Amino acid sequence: MNSSRRAFTAVVAKDLRTELRTLRSLPAMVLFAVTAFIIFRFGLDRTVLSGSMAAGVLWVTLLFAAILGINRVFLPEREEGGFDAFRLAPVDRSVLFAAKAVVLFLYLGAVELVVVPVFAGFFLDSWAGLPPLLAVLAGANLGLAAIGTLISSMAVNSRARDLLVPLLLLPLSVPLMIAATSATAKLLDAAGPDYTRFGTWLLVLALYDGIFWLVGYSTFEYLLED
Amino acid sequence: MSDRGLKQLSIATLLVLAAGVALAVFRAPIDEFGFVQKIFYIHVPLAIVALAGFIAAGIEGYRHLMTDDPRHDANSYVFIHISVVYGAATLITGMIWAKAAWGHYWVWDEPSLVSFLIVFLLYATYYPFRYAIEDRDRQARYASIFAITAGLFVPLNFMAVRMAENLVHPRVFATAEGGLPGSMLFPFLVCLAGLALLYVTLVKLELLGKRTAGRVARLSAEARAAGDGDDAPRAGVSTGSRIAPKMESR
Repeated sequence: MNSSRRAFTAVVAKDLRTELRTLRSLPAMVLFAVTAFIIFRFGLDRTVLSGSMAAGVLWVTLLFAAILGINRVFLPEREEGGFDAFRLAPVDRSVLFAAKAVVLFLYLGAVELVVVPVFAGFFLDSWAGLPPLLAVLAGANLGLAAIGTLISSMAVNSRARDLLVPLLLLPLSVPLMIAATSATAKLLDAAGPDYTRFGTWLLVLALYDGIFWLVGYSTFEYLLED
Repeated sequence: MSDRGLKQLSIATLLVLAAGVALAVFRAPIDEFGFVQKIFYIHVPLAIVALAGFIAAGIEGYRHLMTDDPRHDANSYVFIHISVVYGAATLITGMIWAKAAWGHYWVWDEPSLVSFLIVFLLYATYYPFRYAIEDRDRQARYASIFAITAGLFVPLNFMAVRMAENLVHPRVFATAEGGLPGSMLFPFLVCLAGLALLYVTLVKLELLGKRTAGRVARLSAEARAAGDGDDAPRAGVSTGSRIAPKMESR
């Protein structure tokens, strides 16, 4: 148990340290999202968004930015032998899933820390919906981190890595996106935040998170076997 | 699944399906939508059997991970394969029904259609996913994890899509399913049984085909080895089947 916790913190710390030193994923994700907002501004020909339009633009952008990060979660492990090292280490394999999912969760949060204020500055009249939006973001990030880690670990060992991640992630994230956009649309309403069914959608997010964290955690040892 | 009794099963399938179609066409009453409403007797059983097949594929995937027996992986693969075919048929018949009942081939407000399409698209990625992995054992293991994940995803997705719908639209199917009169229920059940039997027959046929192709490949490899004086049959020569390499040897 103790060695699991040590392995977990070691992997998380290693990943965060490499990201801070090389900056391989985060700047790309942020840049992508901000550019996408500009494209949306001209594509939709709107300067102010509210309701379901705002929720759609925000979540489509965040989901696609997440794909960029998910593509690279396991890339260093494969290229630089991290998988072999982990297989040799006398620790539970599921620890790697938990560590990578937590790292991905932190990445998504860091990206949103920059991207959501930019979105609000670009498109929103009132910022009153932003504090409760944090709960939706956290719920959706947990789910994306779980399926993203699962998909990334499968895709990294295949030929069509860059193709497989979006192909698998998009249909799998539909329930997550339904819940997140439905909750966000009400929060970003032009007439001010509206909390009808807000709790229900958070519950759906929590259910999704619970199921896919369990699936990922329990099947991960079969993904690492060789 | 063994392939014994395939002939009897095929005959039974044919009889039950013929009886179901005959009952649906001649016995069942015609409601306000007219004759096109009869597609209901094919469409709904197709959807039910396809979803049951997806869930069975998830269970077989789980058993494959637990036992490492390639037969479970082959079952999982074939279940998904036939279910995808059934799913395509469900979507097509559903669109015909939607055109007749609502005037459009595609209705975004109908949760049954939308959620089924998402499930269908997810399982359609099974093939590119599976064949993008070169190592056979790893391919089988990853495909099993896919089957389990997607199998759990099916109910969750239906719930989310149904909740997104505000239920302002008339629920035609709900009223039909809620109180099927006996004159409709019996033909419906016979059709369901017929299509379920057809599913099992198709699964057994495909498994038999895969097993035979594997055996042929192994025998020809042995013959080649004997003829050329090669030491041993080369590994991985089973060109007939792209899945479950060790299936035929058990």
